Amino acid sequence: MSELIILQNGRVIDPMNQTDAIADIWVEDGRIAAPQTTAPEGACRYDLAGRWVLPGLIDIHVHLREPGQEYKETIATGTMAAAAGGFTAVACMPNTRPVNDNAAVTRYILDKAADCVARVYPVGALSRDSQGLELAEYGEMKEAGVVALTDDGMPVADSQLMRRAMEYASSHGMPVISHSEELSLSRNGSMNEGAVSTRLGLRGIPTAAESIMVYREIALAELTGARVHIAHVSCEASLALIRLAKQRGVKITAETAPHYFALTDAAVDGYNTHAKMNPPLRSEADRLAIRAALADGTLDAIATDHAPHSVLEKDVEFNYAANGIVGLETSLPLALSLVHDGIITAGRMVDLMSCAPARILGVPGGRLAPGDPADITVVDPDRPFVFAAGESRSKGRNTPFDGWQFRGKAVLTIMNGRVTFNDL
Amino acid sequence: MEQLSVRDIHHVIAAARSFREISARSIKKVPTLRGKTIVNLFFEPSTRTRTSFEIAAKRMSADTFNIAASTSSATKGETLIDTARNIEAMNPDIIIIRHSCSGAPQLLARHIGASIINAGDGAHEHPSQGLLDIMTILDHKQDLAGLKIAIIGDIAHSRVAVSDILGFTKLGATVCVAGPATFIPAAVDQLGARVCGSVDEAIEDADVVMALRIQKERQNDPLIPSLREYSICYGINRRRLAKAKPDVLVMHPGPINRGVELSPDVADGPSSVILQQVNNGVAVRMALLYLVMGGEKSGDAQGDI
Repeated sequence: MSELIILQNGRVIDPMNQTDAIADIWVEDGRIAAPQTTAPEGACRYDLAGRWVLPGLIDIHVHLREPGQEYKETIATGTMAAAAGGFTAVACMPNTRPVNDNAAVTRYILDKAADCVARVYPVGALSRDSQGLELAEYGEMKEAGVVALTDDGMPVADSQLMRRAMEYASSHGMPVISHSEELSLSRNGSMNEGAVSTRLGLRGIPTAAESIMVYREIALAELTGARVHIAHVSCEASLALIRLAKQRGVKITAETAPHYFALTDAAVDGYNTHAKMNPPLRSEADRLAIRAALADGTLDAIATDHAPHSVLEKDVEFNYAANGIVGLETSLPLALSLVHDGIITAGRMVDLMSCAPARILGVPGGRLAPGDPADITVVDPDRPFVFAAGESRSKGRNTPFDGWQFRGKAVLTIMNGRVTFNDL
Repeated sequence: MEQLSVRDIHHVIAAARSFREISARSIKKVPTLRGKTIVNLFFEPSTRTRTSFEIAAKRMSADTFNIAASTSSATKGETLIDTARNIEAMNPDIIIIRHSCSGAPQLLARHIGASIINAGDGAHEHPSQGLLDIMTILDHKQDLAGLKIAIIGDIAHSRVAVSDILGFTKLGATVCVAGPATFIPAAVDQLGARVCGSVDEAIEDADVVMALRIQKERQNDPLIPSLREYSICYGINRRRLAKAKPDVLVMHPGPINRGVELSPDVADGPSSVILQQVNNGVAVRMALLYLVMGGEKSGDAQGDI
């Protein structure tokens, strides 16, 4: 007997099918099915009046920490946090221990992910051990399931290696993801360079440390014709470069993280290590520029850079604290605040969090068409929600959004036809 | 210094003035803090600040203990919080901390109950130095309001500069900073300082000239080509000082690189109040210990100076 789930009366927002209307969605045997006039008995029905029914959200920048740092997060806990945040799929960064720079590690990750509540797309290392010296084996990794390549937090300093990585990745049909950081400018820095860093006596990181490398990646993308994706853009200077590159037709895409449109470097005040990340939180002008770029298409995607750490890494002197915050359970509520503020439409939010992520990584999803695997996120756009870090599904408690009051959250997540989170 | 109101500052200095006299007595000891335990927790080498706090505590009959990072558990991988909690378990009344990381005292204050005094954290603040600088200026000037105070040197890496700029401007002085651009931090004007294009411009008609120590040991960051060139272009010598007001005060938080940021004749000249700063340092620290322990203002928030 086939299993049938009927999502009734929700507002279906499916930009790829130009749909934004009240409709029913049927899920049968793990796939989206065309609604019939009569439903068989025993169907599981959800009345979703007032809710939004979206193609499953995809977070293309997540650190799951497994293998090697299971005390911070596991694939199981990370994907549970993803499901609770409305995500049906995540792409995990290769900075595990060992580094995901070969097919064996990729297979290990996918093996662990098989029973988990979100799809996991491993991103492979751009260079062996992410040392920035020689290329990793992209062909074998792709065969094993890798969808993109990056050395993420170990930025590629050598421009020739980056050029070769782009060329070789394009031969294997994969994008290169760039964590754009000129290390000689950011060295020893622990927050954005500006009035707050001066007052707190913390070494600053100028925005030029990011934009210089963004420009290098644009130049190399133009040279090689390869697809480049810029990770976690934090500042206006980078946006200006990306905007111009897109106008020239460079194959470049870019993401930002919710904290860059929600917070500024003022959040560091009091030496709050939960506001320490790389790139750092920037100025108010940068924050506003990020919001505008999400609306005008300069930025393609919202990705969390979910980076769980334990108190061991965060409850220390600011200089010594690890970079990064968890984000899977607050990403959608923060993105919804942009919709409520009138910065973006609901459809644009879906594009930023589902359609574009699928497109950038070349993975399924981002739409609700009959026959597609049923990855669906149901959102209550108005549900009052106080985020409590202590109750997070993630092992990480490192978030600046603990105790924040939000309007709207994911209330039902369905992955491959299976309910992975239900807060209806 | 950021947390202190104008009233707080005057309160500390008034107390410090009353304590200064103790240090001039033949028997330099009062029983004010008898039975109190004060720990000097220094994660960074410091002779003068540590000694100054220690002398201040001893003159008030407190028991003092010095813990230097090299002899503490820090080298064995113990975290700052664990170190402090262990010390706290021995019931000290005040922990005086010096740390190379900005914000370390705030981190401690969040985790332990003992009163914390910041003896300098990273490039953030050195509040007791700021207070003793204000005290020294007030020994010679009626009021800071309306004064022009020039701070010359490595502002970007100086906790003294931050505390001085905040303190001086709170009391109404105009603070002008000057030095090579490599020494001027981002958006320092938002702290209240005016950035001058040259040392001469900053010193012109100044009531106070404060020279900061040039740290020779900043590796991996080419800030200045040489000390020789620094002293030529930015050092304070008699010729440059002639542009200041005739009754200018020359100050320096020490230790001085003679012939680099200050020429010897200026350091030892009639305008120099550098040793008076050191003398006032003990008095200010006595006042801080007294006020942190004192009946009127004890405990948590106020303890975190």
